[in-house]
Amino acid sequence: MTSVTVTVNGASKTHQVEPRLLLVHYLRETLSLTGTHVGCDTGQCGACTVLLDGAAVKSCSLFAVQADGRSVTTIEGLAKDGKMHAMQDAFWQEHGLQCGFCTPGMILSACEILERNPRASEAEIRTGLEGNLCRCTGYHNIVKAVQAAAQKAR
Amino acid sequence: MRHFSYQRAASVEDAVRAGPGAAFLAGGTSLVDLMKLEVLNPSRLVDVSRLDLRGIEARPDGLRIGACATNSEVAAHPEVKRRFPVLSEALLSGASPQLRNVATVAGNLMQRTRCAYYRDLATACNKREPGSGCAALEGWTRMHAILGGSERCIALHPSDMCVAMAALQAVIHVRGPNGDRDIPFGDFHLLPGDHPEREFALEPGELVLSVFIPFSAAGMRSRYVKVRDRASYAFALASCAAGLEIASGKIRAAQLALGGVGTKPWRVPEAEQALQGQSPERVAFQRAAEIAVRGAQTRRDNAFKMELARRTAVRALTLAAEGA
Repeated sequence: MTSVTVTVNGASKTHQVEPRLLLVHYLRETLSLTGTHVGCDTGQCGACTVLLDGAAVKSCSLFAVQADGRSVTTIEGLAKDGKMHAMQDAFWQEHGLQCGFCTPGMILSACEILERNPRASEAEIRTGLEGNLCRCTGYHNIVKAVQAAAQKAR
Repeated sequence: MRHFSYQRAASVEDAVRAGPGAAFLAGGTSLVDLMKLEVLNPSRLVDVSRLDLRGIEARPDGLRIGACATNSEVAAHPEVKRRFPVLSEALLSGASPQLRNVATVAGNLMQRTRCAYYRDLATACNKREPGSGCAALEGWTRMHAILGGSERCIALHPSDMCVAMAALQAVIHVRGPNGDRDIPFGDFHLLPGDHPEREFALEPGELVLSVFIPFSAAGMRSRYVKVRDRASYAFALASCAAGLEIASGKIRAAQLALGGVGTKPWRVPEAEQALQGQSPERVAFQRAAEIAVRGAQTRRDNAFKMELARRTAVRALTLAAEGA
Protein backbone atom coordinates (compact mmCIF):
# COMPACT_ATOMS: atom_id res chain seq x y z
CA MET A 1 0.00 0.00 0.00
CA THR A 2 1.07 3.55 -0.71
CA SER A 3 -0.07 6.73 0.96
CA VAL A 4 -1.65 9.39 -1.24
CA THR A 5 -2.71 12.89 -0.32
CA VAL A 6 -4.84 14.60 -2.92
CA THR A 7 -6.71 17.88 -2.75
CA VAL A 8 -10.10 16.97 -4.16
CA ASN A 9 -12.51 19.83 -4.82
CA GLY A 10 -10.57 21.94 -2.36
CA ALA A 11 -10.41 19.44 0.51
CA SER A 12 -7.28 17.48 1.37
CA LYS A 13 -7.75 13.69 1.43
CA THR A 14 -5.25 11.09 2.57
CA HIS A 15 -5.61 7.35 2.06
CA GLN A 16 -3.59 4.18 1.86
CA VAL A 17 -4.12 2.73 -1.60
CA GLU A 18 -2.86 -0.09 -3.76
CA PRO A 19 -0.50 1.33 -6.39
CA ARG A 20 -2.68 -0.23 -9.09
CA LEU A 21 -5.80 1.68 -8.01
CA LEU A 22 -6.90 3.94 -10.86
CA LEU A 23 -7.66 7.57 -10.07
CA VAL A 24 -11.26 7.16 -11.26
CA HIS A 25 -11.82 4.29 -8.85
CA TYR A 26 -10.22 6.26 -6.04
CA LEU A 27 -12.68 9.08 -6.70
CA ARG A 28 -15.72 6.85 -7.10
CA GLU A 29 -15.11 4.05 -4.60
CA THR A 30 -12.88 5.56 -1.95
CA LEU A 31 -14.30 9.08 -1.94
CA SER A 32 -17.83 8.20 -3.14
CA LEU A 33 -17.66 10.92 -5.79
CA THR A 34 -19.66 9.04 -8.38
CA GLY A 35 -20.18 12.03 -10.68
CA THR A 36 -17.05 10.96 -12.54
CA HIS A 37 -18.15 8.14 -14.82
CA VAL A 38 -16.38 5.07 -16.12
CA GLY A 39 -17.30 4.66 -19.76
CA CYS A 40 -14.92 2.77 -22.01
CA ASP A 41 -12.18 2.23 -19.38
CA THR A 42 -9.64 2.49 -22.21
CA GLY A 43 -8.84 6.20 -22.30
CA GLN A 44 -11.00 6.89 -25.30
CA CYS A 45 -14.48 8.11 -24.37
CA GLY A 46 -13.64 10.88 -21.89
CA ALA A 47 -16.52 10.16 -19.49
CA CYS A 48 -13.94 9.96 -16.69
CA THR A 49 -12.45 13.41 -17.41
CA VAL A 50 -11.42 15.41 -14.34
CA LEU A 51 -9.14 18.40 -13.91
CA LEU A 52 -5.69 17.60 -12.51
CA ASP A 53 -3.98 20.84 -11.44
CA GLY A 54 -6.42 22.53 -13.80
CA ALA A 55 -5.70 20.38 -16.86
CA ALA A 56 -8.29 17.96 -18.24
CA VAL A 57 -7.14 14.34 -17.90
CA LYS A 58 -8.70 10.91 -18.25
CA SER A 59 -8.85 9.51 -14.74
CA CYS A 60 -9.22 5.91 -15.99
CA SER A 61 -5.72 6.11 -17.44
CA LEU A 62 -3.93 7.37 -14.35
CA PHE A 63 -3.04 5.68 -11.10
CA ALA A 64 -4.25 7.40 -7.94
CA VAL A 65 -0.61 7.55 -6.81
CA GLN A 66 0.14 9.79 -9.80
CA ALA A 67 -2.20 12.40 -8.32
CA ASP A 68 -0.39 12.45 -4.98
CA GLY A 69 0.31 16.01 -3.85
CA ARG A 70 -1.82 17.42 -6.64
CA SER A 71 -5.23 18.98 -6.96
CA VAL A 72 -8.24 17.30 -8.57
CA THR A 73 -11.51 18.92 -9.57
CA THR A 74 -14.47 16.67 -10.29
CA ILE A 75 -17.94 17.63 -11.45
CA GLU A 76 -19.01 17.77 -7.78
CA GLY A 77 -16.52 20.58 -7.23
CA LEU A 78 -17.92 23.03 -9.77
CA ALA A 79 -21.09 24.28 -8.05
CA LYS A 80 -20.48 26.88 -5.35
CA ASP A 81 -22.89 27.64 -2.49
CA GLY A 82 -25.66 25.65 -4.10
CA LYS A 83 -25.34 27.57 -7.36
CA MET A 84 -24.38 25.80 -10.55
CA HIS A 85 -21.16 26.70 -12.34
CA ALA A 86 -21.71 28.82 -15.47
CA MET A 87 -20.82 25.85 -17.68
CA GLN A 88 -23.32 23.61 -15.90
CA ASP A 89 -25.94 26.31 -16.26
CA ALA A 90 -25.20 26.66 -19.99
CA PHE A 91 -25.59 22.87 -20.49
CA TRP A 92 -28.92 23.13 -18.67
CA GLN A 93 -30.13 26.14 -20.68
CA GLU A 94 -29.01 24.82 -24.08
CA HIS A 95 -30.12 21.24 -23.50
CA GLY A 96 -26.49 20.13 -23.83
CA LEU A 97 -27.28 16.69 -22.50
CA GLN A 98 -29.56 13.78 -23.30
CA CYS A 99 -28.84 10.71 -21.19
CA GLY A 100 -26.24 12.64 -19.19
CA PHE A 101 -23.58 9.96 -19.09
CA CYS A 102 -20.90 11.97 -20.91
CA THR A 103 -21.94 15.26 -19.31
CA PRO A 104 -19.50 15.49 -16.36
CA GLY A 105 -16.57 14.83 -18.67
CA MET A 106 -17.91 17.17 -21.35
CA ILE A 107 -18.34 19.98 -18.84
CA LEU A 108 -14.85 19.61 -17.38
CA SER A 109 -13.25 19.45 -20.84
CA ALA A 110 -15.30 22.49 -21.85
CA CYS A 111 -14.08 24.36 -18.77
CA GLU A 112 -10.49 23.74 -19.82
CA ILE A 113 -11.16 24.86 -23.41
CA LEU A 114 -12.47 28.23 -22.24
CA GLU A 115 -9.82 28.52 -19.54
CA ARG A 116 -7.15 28.30 -22.25
CA ASN A 117 -9.03 30.34 -24.81
CA PRO A 118 -12.08 32.32 -23.61
CA ARG A 119 -12.80 33.29 -27.23
CA ALA A 120 -12.70 29.77 -28.67
CA SER A 121 -14.50 29.53 -32.01
CA GLU A 122 -17.07 26.86 -32.77
CA ALA A 123 -14.41 24.91 -34.67
CA GLU A 124 -11.98 25.21 -31.76
CA ILE A 125 -14.66 24.01 -29.35
CA ARG A 126 -15.41 21.01 -31.55
CA THR A 127 -11.71 20.15 -31.86
CA GLY A 128 -11.24 20.70 -28.15
CA LEU A 129 -13.94 18.15 -27.40
CA GLU A 130 -12.41 15.46 -29.63
CA GLY A 131 -11.58 13.34 -26.60
CA ASN A 132 -15.17 13.25 -25.32
CA LEU A 133 -17.69 10.94 -26.93
CA CYS A 134 -21.46 11.40 -26.56
CA ARG A 135 -23.26 8.10 -26.99
CA CYS A 136 -26.51 9.97 -27.75
CA THR A 137 -24.65 11.90 -30.49
CA GLY A 138 -25.92 15.13 -28.95
CA TYR A 139 -22.90 17.11 -30.04
CA HIS A 140 -24.63 20.13 -31.57
CA ASN A 141 -26.26 21.25 -28.34
CA ILE A 142 -23.12 20.50 -26.39
CA VAL A 143 -21.16 22.85 -28.63
CA LYS A 144 -23.95 25.44 -28.38
CA ALA A 145 -23.78 25.20 -24.60
CA VAL A 146 -20.03 25.85 -24.56
CA GLN A 147 -20.51 28.77 -26.93
CA ALA A 148 -23.23 30.15 -24.68
CA ALA A 149 -20.98 29.86 -21.62
CA ALA A 150 -18.21 31.66 -23.49
CA GLN A 151 -20.62 34.40 -24.56
CA LYS A 152 -21.89 34.87 -21.03
CA ALA A 153 -18.38 35.13 -19.59
CA ARG A 154 -17.57 38.11 -21.82
CA MET B 1 -4.45 -5.58 -13.40
CA ARG B 2 -1.63 -7.46 -11.73
CA HIS B 3 0.04 -6.17 -8.60
CA PHE B 4 3.29 -4.27 -8.80
CA SER B 5 5.48 -2.31 -6.46
CA TYR B 6 5.67 1.44 -6.86
CA GLN B 7 8.43 3.82 -6.01
CA ARG B 8 8.94 7.47 -6.78
CA ALA B 9 12.41 8.33 -7.99
CA ALA B 10 13.95 11.14 -5.92
CA SER B 11 16.53 11.98 -8.57
CA VAL B 12 17.67 10.89 -12.02
CA GLU B 13 20.50 8.94 -10.37
CA ASP B 14 17.98 7.27 -8.08
CA ALA B 15 15.84 6.31 -11.10
CA VAL B 16 18.78 4.92 -13.05
CA ARG B 17 19.91 2.89 -10.02
CA ALA B 18 16.41 1.44 -9.63
CA GLY B 19 15.94 1.05 -13.37
CA PRO B 20 17.14 -2.43 -14.38
CA GLY B 21 14.19 -4.81 -14.19
CA ALA B 22 11.65 -2.03 -13.64
CA ALA B 23 9.47 0.05 -15.92
CA PHE B 24 9.67 3.84 -15.81
CA LEU B 25 6.33 5.59 -15.35
CA ALA B 26 5.88 9.12 -16.69
CA GLY B 27 2.39 10.06 -17.92
CA GLY B 28 1.33 6.43 -18.15
CA THR B 29 -1.12 6.94 -21.01
CA SER B 30 0.45 4.03 -22.89
CA LEU B 31 1.82 1.98 -20.01
CA VAL B 32 -1.32 2.04 -17.82
CA ASP B 33 -3.44 1.05 -20.82
CA LEU B 34 -1.23 -1.93 -21.61
CA MET B 35 -1.00 -2.95 -17.95
CA LYS B 36 -4.80 -3.01 -17.77
CA LEU B 37 -4.80 -5.39 -20.73
CA GLU B 38 -1.98 -7.37 -19.06
CA VAL B 39 0.06 -7.02 -22.23
CA LEU B 40 2.81 -5.37 -20.19
CA ASN B 41 3.26 -6.70 -16.67
CA PRO B 42 6.13 -4.93 -14.94
CA SER B 43 6.57 -6.06 -11.35
CA ARG B 44 8.13 -2.72 -10.40
CA LEU B 45 7.25 0.79 -11.48
CA VAL B 46 9.65 3.66 -10.96
CA ASP B 47 7.78 6.97 -11.24
CA VAL B 48 9.98 9.56 -12.94
CA SER B 49 7.23 12.11 -13.52
CA ARG B 50 8.28 14.34 -10.59
CA LEU B 51 11.88 14.67 -11.76
CA ASP B 52 13.03 17.95 -13.24
CA LEU B 53 12.78 16.72 -16.84
CA ARG B 54 10.05 18.98 -18.19
CA GLY B 55 11.98 21.98 -19.43
CA ILE B 56 12.12 23.15 -23.04
CA GLU B 57 15.28 25.10 -23.63
CA ALA B 58 16.64 26.88 -26.70
CA ARG B 59 20.34 26.33 -27.30
CA PRO B 60 22.42 28.15 -29.94
CA ASP B 61 22.11 25.21 -32.33
CA GLY B 62 18.82 23.61 -31.42
CA LEU B 63 16.02 22.99 -28.96
CA ARG B 64 16.39 20.66 -26.02
CA ILE B 65 13.09 19.18 -24.88
CA GLY B 66 12.88 17.45 -21.51
CA ALA B 67 11.74 13.84 -21.51
CA CYS B 68 8.73 14.58 -19.30
CA ALA B 69 7.47 17.66 -21.12
CA THR B 70 3.87 16.88 -22.02
CA ASN B 71 2.63 16.70 -25.58
CA SER B 72 0.44 19.76 -24.88
CA GLU B 73 3.38 21.77 -23.57
CA VAL B 74 5.60 20.92 -26.52
CA ALA B 75 2.88 21.55 -29.12
CA ALA B 76 2.08 24.98 -27.65
CA HIS B 77 5.67 26.13 -27.10
CA PRO B 78 6.42 29.27 -29.15
CA GLU B 79 9.88 28.08 -30.20
CA VAL B 80 8.53 24.71 -31.29
CA LYS B 81 5.80 26.40 -33.36
CA ARG B 82 8.29 28.79 -34.94
CA ARG B 83 11.23 26.45 -35.49
CA PHE B 84 9.46 23.14 -36.05
CA PRO B 85 5.83 23.64 -37.08
CA VAL B 86 5.78 20.01 -38.21
CA LEU B 87 6.32 18.86 -34.64
CA SER B 88 3.52 20.98 -33.21
CA GLU B 89 1.15 19.83 -35.96
CA ALA B 90 2.08 16.18 -35.49
CA LEU B 91 1.50 16.36 -31.74
CA LEU B 92 -1.86 18.09 -32.11
CA SER B 93 -2.98 15.48 -34.64
CA GLY B 94 -2.48 12.70 -32.11
CA ALA B 95 -4.68 11.42 -29.26
CA SER B 96 -7.03 13.89 -27.52
CA PRO B 97 -6.49 16.95 -25.31
CA GLN B 98 -6.82 14.96 -22.07
CA LEU B 99 -4.16 12.48 -23.19
CA ARG B 100 -1.85 15.18 -24.57
CA ASN B 101 -2.03 16.94 -21.18
CA VAL B 102 -0.48 13.86 -19.59
CA ALA B 103 1.50 12.03 -22.28
CA THR B 104 5.20 12.88 -22.33
CA VAL B 105 7.90 13.12 -24.97
CA ALA B 106 9.76 10.04 -23.71
CA GLY B 107 6.52 8.12 -23.34
CA ASN B 108 5.63 8.93 -26.92
CA LEU B 109 9.10 7.80 -28.04
CA MET B 110 8.30 4.46 -26.41
CA GLN B 111 4.64 4.27 -27.43
CA ARG B 112 3.79 0.68 -28.28
CA THR B 113 2.08 -0.53 -31.40
CA ARG B 114 -1.71 -0.54 -31.66
CA CYS B 115 -1.62 -3.91 -33.48
CA ALA B 116 -4.88 -5.57 -32.40
CA TYR B 117 -3.13 -8.92 -32.03
CA TYR B 118 -0.43 -7.48 -29.78
CA ARG B 119 -3.19 -6.14 -27.54
CA ASP B 120 -5.21 -9.38 -27.49
CA LEU B 121 -3.85 -12.05 -25.13
CA ALA B 122 -5.91 -14.71 -26.93
CA THR B 123 -3.88 -14.46 -30.14
CA ALA B 124 -0.30 -15.26 -31.16
CA CYS B 125 2.16 -12.36 -31.06
CA ASN B 126 5.94 -12.58 -31.28
CA LYS B 127 6.30 -9.09 -29.84
CA ARG B 128 4.24 -9.85 -26.74
CA GLU B 129 5.28 -13.48 -26.38
CA PRO B 130 8.45 -14.29 -28.36
CA GLY B 131 8.15 -17.43 -30.44
CA SER B 132 4.37 -17.68 -30.24
CA GLY B 133 3.85 -16.63 -33.87
CA CYS B 134 2.17 -13.69 -35.56
CA ALA B 135 -1.58 -13.69 -35.99
CA ALA B 136 -1.39 -10.52 -38.09
CA LEU B 137 0.40 -12.21 -41.00
CA GLU B 138 -2.76 -14.11 -41.89
CA GLY B 139 -5.12 -11.71 -40.19
CA TRP B 140 -6.80 -8.37 -40.75
CA THR B 141 -3.97 -6.10 -41.88
CA ARG B 142 -5.64 -2.78 -42.66
CA MET B 143 -3.72 -1.11 -39.83
CA HIS B 144 -0.42 -2.92 -40.33
CA ALA B 145 2.94 -1.87 -41.71
CA ILE B 146 3.96 -2.16 -45.34
CA LEU B 147 7.56 -1.11 -44.69
CA GLY B 148 10.11 -2.63 -42.33
CA GLY B 149 8.18 -5.79 -41.48
CA SER B 150 9.57 -9.29 -41.11
CA GLU B 151 8.18 -12.81 -41.21
CA ARG B 152 7.72 -12.49 -37.46
CA CYS B 153 6.06 -9.09 -37.11
CA ILE B 154 4.36 -6.41 -39.19
CA ALA B 155 3.15 -4.26 -36.30
CA LEU B 156 2.78 -0.61 -37.21
CA HIS B 157 4.51 2.18 -35.31
CA PRO B 158 1.63 4.44 -34.22
CA SER B 159 3.28 7.70 -33.19
CA ASP B 160 2.83 11.03 -34.96
CA MET B 161 5.40 12.89 -32.87
CA CYS B 162 8.10 10.37 -33.80
CA VAL B 163 7.52 10.89 -37.53
CA ALA B 164 8.19 14.60 -37.13
CA MET B 165 11.23 13.98 -34.94
CA ALA B 166 12.61 11.44 -37.44
CA ALA B 167 12.35 14.00 -40.24
CA LEU B 168 13.94 16.68 -38.03
CA GLN B 169 16.80 14.27 -37.21
CA ALA B 170 16.45 14.60 -33.48
CA VAL B 171 18.95 13.08 -31.06
CA ILE B 172 17.86 11.25 -27.92
CA HIS B 173 19.90 11.77 -24.77
CA VAL B 174 19.82 8.91 -22.27
CA ARG B 175 21.47 8.07 -18.96
CA GLY B 176 22.12 4.56 -17.74
CA PRO B 177 24.19 2.61 -15.24
CA ASN B 178 27.18 3.13 -17.57
CA GLY B 179 26.74 6.85 -18.03
CA ASP B 180 25.26 9.19 -20.62
CA ARG B 181 24.99 8.73 -24.36
CA ASP B 182 23.24 10.16 -27.39
CA ILE B 183 21.19 8.01 -29.75
CA PRO B 184 20.43 9.32 -33.25
CA PHE B 185 16.68 9.21 -33.81
CA GLY B 186 16.91 6.70 -36.64
CA ASP B 187 18.71 4.22 -34.38
CA PHE B 188 16.32 4.45 -31.42
CA HIS B 189 13.49 2.29 -32.80
CA LEU B 190 14.51 -1.20 -33.91
CA LEU B 191 13.14 -3.09 -36.88
CA PRO B 192 11.34 -6.26 -35.79
CA GLY B 193 13.57 -8.71 -37.68
CA ASP B 194 13.87 -11.97 -35.76
CA HIS B 195 13.27 -10.25 -32.42
CA PRO B 196 10.15 -8.08 -32.52
CA GLU B 197 10.14 -8.09 -28.71
CA ARG B 198 13.18 -5.81 -28.84
CA GLU B 199 11.77 -2.43 -29.70
CA PHE B 200 14.25 0.19 -28.56
CA ALA B 201 18.02 0.67 -28.58
CA LEU B 202 17.98 1.17 -24.82
CA GLU B 203 20.14 -0.85 -22.45
CA PRO B 204 18.58 -2.14 -19.21
CA GLY B 205 18.06 0.73 -16.82
CA GLU B 206 18.66 3.49 -19.35
CA LEU B 207 16.37 6.49 -18.91
CA VAL B 208 15.59 9.04 -21.61
CA LEU B 209 16.46 12.50 -20.28
CA SER B 210 15.82 14.74 -23.26
CA VAL B 211 15.49 15.06 -27.00
CA PHE B 212 17.64 17.53 -28.92
CA ILE B 213 16.35 18.87 -32.23
CA PRO B 214 18.85 20.78 -34.33
CA PHE B 215 17.67 24.06 -35.86
CA SER B 216 17.44 23.98 -39.64
CA ALA B 217 15.98 26.12 -42.41
CA ALA B 218 13.95 23.12 -43.59
CA GLY B 219 12.56 22.65 -40.09
CA MET B 220 11.13 26.16 -40.15
CA ARG B 221 9.32 25.38 -43.40
CA SER B 222 7.85 22.06 -42.39
CA ARG B 223 4.38 20.53 -42.32
CA TYR B 224 2.65 17.37 -41.11
CA VAL B 225 -0.16 15.72 -43.03
CA LYS B 226 -2.11 12.88 -41.48
CA VAL B 227 -4.76 10.81 -43.25
CA ARG B 228 -7.08 8.73 -41.11
CA ASP B 229 -10.46 7.03 -41.07
CA ARG B 230 -12.19 9.98 -39.36
CA ALA B 231 -11.36 13.63 -38.98
CA SER B 232 -10.09 13.45 -35.42
CA TYR B 233 -8.87 11.13 -32.73
CA ALA B 234 -7.70 8.25 -34.90
CA PHE B 235 -4.35 6.68 -35.74
CA ALA B 236 -2.81 7.40 -39.12
CA LEU B 237 -3.49 5.31 -42.20
CA ALA B 238 -0.65 7.30 -43.69
CA SER B 239 1.12 10.45 -42.59
CA CYS B 240 4.08 12.49 -43.68
CA ALA B 241 6.42 15.00 -42.09
CA ALA B 242 8.07 17.17 -44.71
CA GLY B 243 10.41 20.15 -44.50
CA LEU B 244 12.06 22.09 -47.30
CA GLU B 245 14.80 24.67 -47.49
CA ILE B 246 14.30 26.61 -50.70
CA ALA B 247 16.79 29.11 -52.11
CA SER B 248 16.71 30.78 -55.52
CA GLY B 249 13.80 28.62 -56.59
CA LYS B 250 15.56 25.33 -55.86
CA ILE B 251 15.40 22.89 -52.97
CA ARG B 252 18.60 23.20 -50.98
CA ALA B 253 17.70 20.65 -48.32
CA ALA B 254 14.76 18.36 -47.62
CA GLN B 255 13.47 16.45 -44.60
CA LEU B 256 11.02 13.63 -45.17
CA ALA B 257 9.56 10.86 -43.02
CA LEU B 258 6.43 8.74 -43.30
CA GLY B 259 4.08 7.49 -40.61
CA GLY B 260 1.28 4.95 -40.64
CA VAL B 261 3.21 2.69 -42.98
CA GLY B 262 6.34 1.48 -41.19
CA THR B 263 7.26 -0.75 -38.29
CA LYS B 264 9.20 2.32 -37.13
CA PRO B 265 9.06 6.02 -38.03
CA TRP B 266 10.10 5.86 -41.69
CA ARG B 267 12.70 8.40 -42.73
CA VAL B 268 14.16 7.90 -46.18
CA PRO B 269 17.43 9.83 -46.74
CA GLU B 270 17.51 8.78 -50.42
CA ALA B 271 14.18 10.51 -51.01
CA GLU B 272 15.52 13.63 -49.29
CA GLN B 273 18.65 13.57 -51.47
CA ALA B 274 16.55 13.14 -54.60
CA LEU B 275 14.85 16.46 -53.82
CA GLN B 276 18.09 18.41 -53.47
CA GLY B 277 18.71 20.81 -56.32
CA GLN B 278 15.24 20.26 -57.78
CA SER B 279 12.54 22.82 -58.35
CA PRO B 280 9.91 22.55 -55.59
CA GLU B 281 7.30 21.14 -57.91
CA ARG B 282 4.99 18.19 -58.20
CA VAL B 283 7.20 16.09 -60.46
CA ALA B 284 10.06 16.20 -57.95
CA PHE B 285 7.70 15.49 -55.06
CA GLN B 286 6.24 12.48 -56.85
CA ARG B 287 9.70 11.08 -57.51
CA ALA B 288 10.66 11.51 -53.85
CA ALA B 289 7.41 9.87 -52.76
CA GLU B 290 8.11 6.94 -55.07
CA ILE B 291 11.54 6.47 -53.47
CA ALA B 292 10.07 6.82 -49.98
CA VAL B 293 7.84 3.75 -50.33
CA ARG B 294 10.42 1.65 -52.14
CA GLY B 295 10.54 -1.91 -50.87
CA ALA B 296 7.01 -1.83 -49.50
CA GLN B 297 5.27 -5.18 -49.06
CA THR B 298 1.53 -4.89 -48.95
CA ARG B 299 -1.00 -7.47 -47.83
CA ARG B 300 -4.63 -8.18 -48.51
CA ASP B 301 -6.11 -5.35 -46.49
CA ASN B 302 -3.46 -2.66 -46.79
CA ALA B 303 -2.52 -2.50 -50.48
CA PHE B 304 -4.20 0.91 -50.56
CA LYS B 305 -1.48 2.31 -48.33
CA MET B 306 1.07 2.41 -51.18
CA GLU B 307 -0.84 5.00 -53.15
CA LEU B 308 -2.14 6.75 -50.04
CA ALA B 309 1.38 7.15 -48.62
CA ARG B 310 2.70 8.51 -51.92
CA ARG B 311 -0.10 11.05 -52.18
CA THR B 312 0.27 12.02 -48.52
CA ALA B 313 3.98 12.67 -49.09
CA VAL B 314 3.30 14.78 -52.19
CA ARG B 315 0.69 16.75 -50.24
CA ALA B 316 3.02 17.39 -47.30
CA LEU B 317 5.88 18.46 -49.59
CA THR B 318 3.50 20.76 -51.50
CA LEU B 319 2.36 22.42 -48.26
CA ALA B 320 5.96 22.76 -47.08
CA ALA B 321 6.91 24.40 -50.37
CA GLU B 322 4.04 26.87 -49.99
CA GLY B 323 5.59 27.83 -46.67
CA ALA B 324 4.06 28.55 -43.31
